[in-house]
Amino acid sequence: MADGNVNVAAKSFYEEGTTKKSTGITSWLFSTDHKRIGLMYLVTITAFFFVGALFGVLMRLELMAPGETIMGAQEYNTLFTLHGVIMIFLFIIPGIPAIFGNFFLPLQLGAKDVAFPRLNLLSYWIYLIGSVLVILSLFMQGGPIDTGWTFYVPYSVRTTTSVSLPLFAAFVLGFSSILTGLNFIVTIHRMRAPGMNFFRMPLFVWSTYATAWIQVIATPVVGITILLVIIERSFGVGIFDPALGGDPILFQHLFWIYSHPAVYIMILPAMGVVSEIIPTFSRRTIFGYTPIAMSSLAIAFVGYLVWAHHMFTSGMSDTSRVIFSLLTYIVALPSGVKVFNWVATMYKGSIDPKPPFLWVMSFVFLFSIGGLTGLVLGSITADIHVHDTYFVVSHFHYVMFGGTGTIVFAAMYYWFPKMFGKMYNIKWANINALFYIIAFNVLYFPKFIMGYQGMPRRYYDYLPEFADLQMLSTIGSWIMFATLVSIFLNLFLAIKKGKKAHNNPWGGVTLEWQTSSPPPLLNFDREITVNHEPYDFSQLKELDYESK
Amino acid sequence: MEHGNTEHKTHSHGYGIYVLVWLALIALTSITVTVAGVDFGKLALPIALFIAAVKSALVINYFMHIKFEEPIFKVFLLLSGMTLLVIFILTFFDVFYR
Repeated sequence: MADGNVNVAAKSFYEEGTTKKSTGITSWLFSTDHKRIGLMYLVTITAFFFVGALFGVLMRLELMAPGETIMGAQEYNTLFTLHGVIMIFLFIIPGIPAIFGNFFLPLQLGAKDVAFPRLNLLSYWIYLIGSVLVILSLFMQGGPIDTGWTFYVPYSVRTTTSVSLPLFAAFVLGFSSILTGLNFIVTIHRMRAPGMNFFRMPLFVWSTYATAWIQVIATPVVGITILLVIIERSFGVGIFDPALGGDPILFQHLFWIYSHPAVYIMILPAMGVVSEIIPTFSRRTIFGYTPIAMSSLAIAFVGYLVWAHHMFTSGMSDTSRVIFSLLTYIVALPSGVKVFNWVATMYKGSIDPKPPFLWVMSFVFLFSIGGLTGLVLGSITADIHVHDTYFVVSHFHYVMFGGTGTIVFAAMYYWFPKMFGKMYNIKWANINALFYIIAFNVLYFPKFIMGYQGMPRRYYDYLPEFADLQMLSTIGSWIMFATLVSIFLNLFLAIKKGKKAHNNPWGGVTLEWQTSSPPPLLNFDREITVNHEPYDFSQLKELDYESK
Repeated sequence: MEHGNTEHKTHSHGYGIYVLVWLALIALTSITVTVAGVDFGKLALPIALFIAAVKSALVINYFMHIKFEEPIFKVFLLLSGMTLLVIFILTFFDVFYR
């Protein structure tokens, strides 16, 4: 073993189980071990991700040629709504915090578990119940929801499709998010190993901390909003419906007061993962630790101040539009701080382009395109031109899929050996990264052009002049889906029959690399005391790491 | 965690204060109802919100015991409260200038 500090005879958490009584599936479903819960989220979220991706491919198939291709308008409306609901509420919001946060937050802090292990299990169960409700809603009277994932009133109040149940599902899922956030905040405040002060925490922990605050403070707003829509639908109270004296713009305010900060629930943990991977593969301490940590908090805070930039054409006041446009530009600053610090970290580093690093580079490229087109949308005049066009769809996918989605894969490639104790095929992973970035741009870049030319979003049909670019985008969706399957196969085969991984295959220095792979039930087989900065690579000598 | 000791301290101030807070809440509720009858124009909303904020502060501090808790909980609550305040102010830029 490369890592001399670890007792190689120690059993992993897979072998130790949770309690002596439960075995098999129950040792997972009722386990309060943060690692098992993280893996359960991994399985469930991966399943939903593939369902969401399949819906995306079906939408692209419909758009392959003008006119009705494989489905009608109503089916298409349903499909883009479900694609959105599944990808947003079941994949990308829980994604990194629930899978990697659960698994690695206690490890990185040198803790034995999260602060409230039972609450953690409850969060998973609530997530599961919420997702079952989403699935049930597909078979309710009236047919599946067709409002789009934003549930805008007055349409969501008036449509005859099944709206209340999927809305309630989102309400339930919100609780899972709040409880996970609460758990992480308390864990970070109370469970740090001796010597681990706030400024010795890995940056993934900082970003998870900022995220947890958004989860706790912002999620109740959407919970209440959703209940108000259900009440409006059931009793016709007139909160949002203008015919009854309500205000539909109020819904948009309330929805985006949550859903804009939620965008940072999605991206902040991803940025944390980037701040882990870049130093490890550059063999260099992170440049600007404190600014990166603080920029996470700044993004979390400024994220609350910009929600109405989603509403420039909604009919709200001009004063609001100017103020929110200005505030939107401010949020680019802390994001810029991060990107410049990452680049500065790599400068004169000893770069080792292994798969996690390549995926992070794809992230920086795709996220920069997504981020900068966000500024186009943040200025009122340009936004009015491209509002509700493919430009918005493309921007959103570059930021969310190209940003967070890419990092889900990067994090998977980075932490996979630690989670499963196996190593995947590195060459295969590199080829996947190449195909991913090609597929991504073929799939989404044409949408920027079509959007600029006026192709509206959420239409199942289009004018003949868009036919070529639509076809190109559809071809991109096929390459993308094939790549996703290939990524999955590589990792799945590695779990089944991959080579045994070293405890520290990449030469990382954060605490999770200082235990065995996979870790034992209580994470470390010795008492952890922290006496280093988080990215002090001189530790590698102490850890007896041999560069391979 | 060592909360066992602090929890018992909170009862030392007696129950009289709860009755006083309860009376204050009833008084503030009647003020809200009365004020709603007067035409203050655009000020009606901020006034109602201000009274509601005072009531929340009373409930949080006394009934929910935050006044007697560790400073970190106060900081957390203040943070959430300030976020809410900022959200209200920003929303008013739409409501008042539409």
